[in-house]
Amino acid sequence: MPELTYRDALRSTLIEEMNRDSSVVLLGEDIGIYQGTFRITAELLARYGPQRVIDTPISEAGFVGAAIGMAMLGLRPVVEMMTWNFSLLAFDQIVNNAAKVRYFSGGQVDVPLVIRGPNGAGVQLSAQHSQSLEATYAHFPGLFVVAPATPADARGLLRTAIRGTDPVIFMEHAALYGTKGEVPNGDFAIPFGVAEIARPGRDVTVVAYSRMVSVSLAAAARLLEEGIEAEVINLRSMRPLDRETIIDSVRRTHRAVVVQEQWRPYGAAAELAATIAEGAFDYLDAPVERVTGADVPMPYARNLEVLALPRDEDIVRAVRRALHREDRDG
Amino acid sequence: MRTRDRDEGEAPVASAVDDRKAGELEAALPWYRLMVIARRFEEETERAFRRGKIGGYLHVYSGQEAVAAGFLAELWKDDIFFTAYRDHAHALFRGIPPGEVMAELFGKSAGVARGKGGSMHLFDVRRGFYGGYGIVGGHIPLAAGAAYALRYRGENRICLCFLGDGAMNTGVFHETANMAGLWGAQGLCPLIFIVENNEFAMGTSVARSSAVTDLASRFSAYAIPHERIDGMDFLAVRSAAARVFPEVRASGKPYAFEAVTYRFAGHGAADLFQPYRAKDDVEAAHRRDPIVILERQLRDAGLLDDARVSAIQEEAERLITEAVQFAEQSPPPSPEELHAHIYGEGS
Repeated sequence: MPELTYRDALRSTLIEEMNRDSSVVLLGEDIGIYQGTFRITAELLARYGPQRVIDTPISEAGFVGAAIGMAMLGLRPVVEMMTWNFSLLAFDQIVNNAAKVRYFSGGQVDVPLVIRGPNGAGVQLSAQHSQSLEATYAHFPGLFVVAPATPADARGLLRTAIRGTDPVIFMEHAALYGTKGEVPNGDFAIPFGVAEIARPGRDVTVVAYSRMVSVSLAAAARLLEEGIEAEVINLRSMRPLDRETIIDSVRRTHRAVVVQEQWRPYGAAAELAATIAEGAFDYLDAPVERVTGADVPMPYARNLEVLALPRDEDIVRAVRRALHREDRDG
Repeated sequence: MRTRDRDEGEAPVASAVDDRKAGELEAALPWYRLMVIARRFEEETERAFRRGKIGGYLHVYSGQEAVAAGFLAELWKDDIFFTAYRDHAHALFRGIPPGEVMAELFGKSAGVARGKGGSMHLFDVRRGFYGGYGIVGGHIPLAAGAAYALRYRGENRICLCFLGDGAMNTGVFHETANMAGLWGAQGLCPLIFIVENNEFAMGTSVARSSAVTDLASRFSAYAIPHERIDGMDFLAVRSAAARVFPEVRASGKPYAFEAVTYRFAGHGAADLFQPYRAKDDVEAAHRRDPIVILERQLRDAGLLDDARVSAIQEEAERLITEAVQFAEQSPPPSPEELHAHIYGEGS
């Protein structure tokens, strides 16, 4: 298995799918001549031409809506959202058209659409460019929402997304683009709704996704020094959610910590904690712990930004609380 | 030309023009019939709404029939179109049986969208009708993307996008018109915008909502050729469509019409008092009733008389009665339909 960066895993999968199927087209801001803000689409304009690699004006609602229309007519558009923060300008198109047109037409159309781009905090991008919108989108029936944590996830989930029949909210993370990992070759695909046990353990279950998987793995390494074996689950997909893997793990470990970068109220962690309560309440030896970003607009100053984001030590302490080795107030 | 003396060559030309006119009038007859059926259909939907047979919102098309009829008359069978929520007549004009439309409004399983869309989301992909959308302006970019897709695959089909005057004030209209202008320059956007200017966005008049009341001219900002037409005159609408559609089909470039029309009914079924317009204005508009205008043209040409008009009205009455019976008799969707069609079957 070759080692690739998360960025190259995404880019090479786009190339493979564009070579395989001429109905795959790309749209987005500065994806062509500029080569893409994060260079995911570098050199693709030269390879495939302007009809397939479409540089759009700064019109999120317009080009997402157009991509929905293309998908309804049988193309497979992959839209690059420069960052998911900008998707709020296209929110109506995504939730009112992409997510619902199959349903309100009585099943007359497919919408094989992928919208991909970075979600979550970068480095000092401040309040408007650092949001995590996965729970917002995962709220809506009709959308798939996935969040790859590794280069292999990036390839496997993107392939499934492009070959599907429904709109996929594909949430990358800017801090992961340069990370490396082994990526299977060929037609490797990861089905939606299948989580991965990134690290097995018997004492506590840590559920995470996207960048928080690597932070959770770092926490697990530190916990090992204290003799605590944490099991880390990489969700990969938020909707559909692999309830079985989560519940099965918690039934074995009897303790759970859920981790998200986004704000605490009404976030993904709340859904995960409720899922655990529904499926493993009788097995729990402690309340489910939530590790989340601070409930504030993202500050600019680096020291404040660091405080606003979950760190491995926050997860370590949450695990200790779940194991009653640290007070809840402590 | 007008001051020139008559010469021998003129007679055949004049007669060719007369022949074409006669042909256009004759071809309008079936559309007169459809417009009468659509009007009767809408009257029945208002009654059914009051009887509690139709729920939610109800937006009727009465007064605007010549617009959808004139344009859809020139649309080829495999061409496609999108519209907003005032969509019943578009469905009927495209050949969807009235019973299937009425069943959709009644929330029944025999409805065009299996009773899951309702009045605002009529849909029949087999007939090129890509919906019925409920958020003002929201469908406009879909139509541009669909037009792009047709051209991308090298097809010569075209796409119509009906929208209201109110939709021109949404941001996504301007975003789409701009992209259509850009894509059209590459021959990749065989899209025709049809602004149905019925003078009101709900209760807000065009003069109170658009800084420029010449709505067609707003397309000049996006390099899209445009014109304003009389949306109450079926023959005028159809001949404009017949002139422009082949150009768009050949060039892949967008075009825009502002069809000036009028909504006889309230915005929706709940718009009872209509405080935003005077009764006199509504009465004046009725004197421009598109069905009356076409009827007069057809009578003048000797193609309609009292007997034929009443035969068409009786047929419309019968068809609508049958449509209501069909809708009443159709079972509601089965409970399994609740969770069906959220994702594709392969997902």
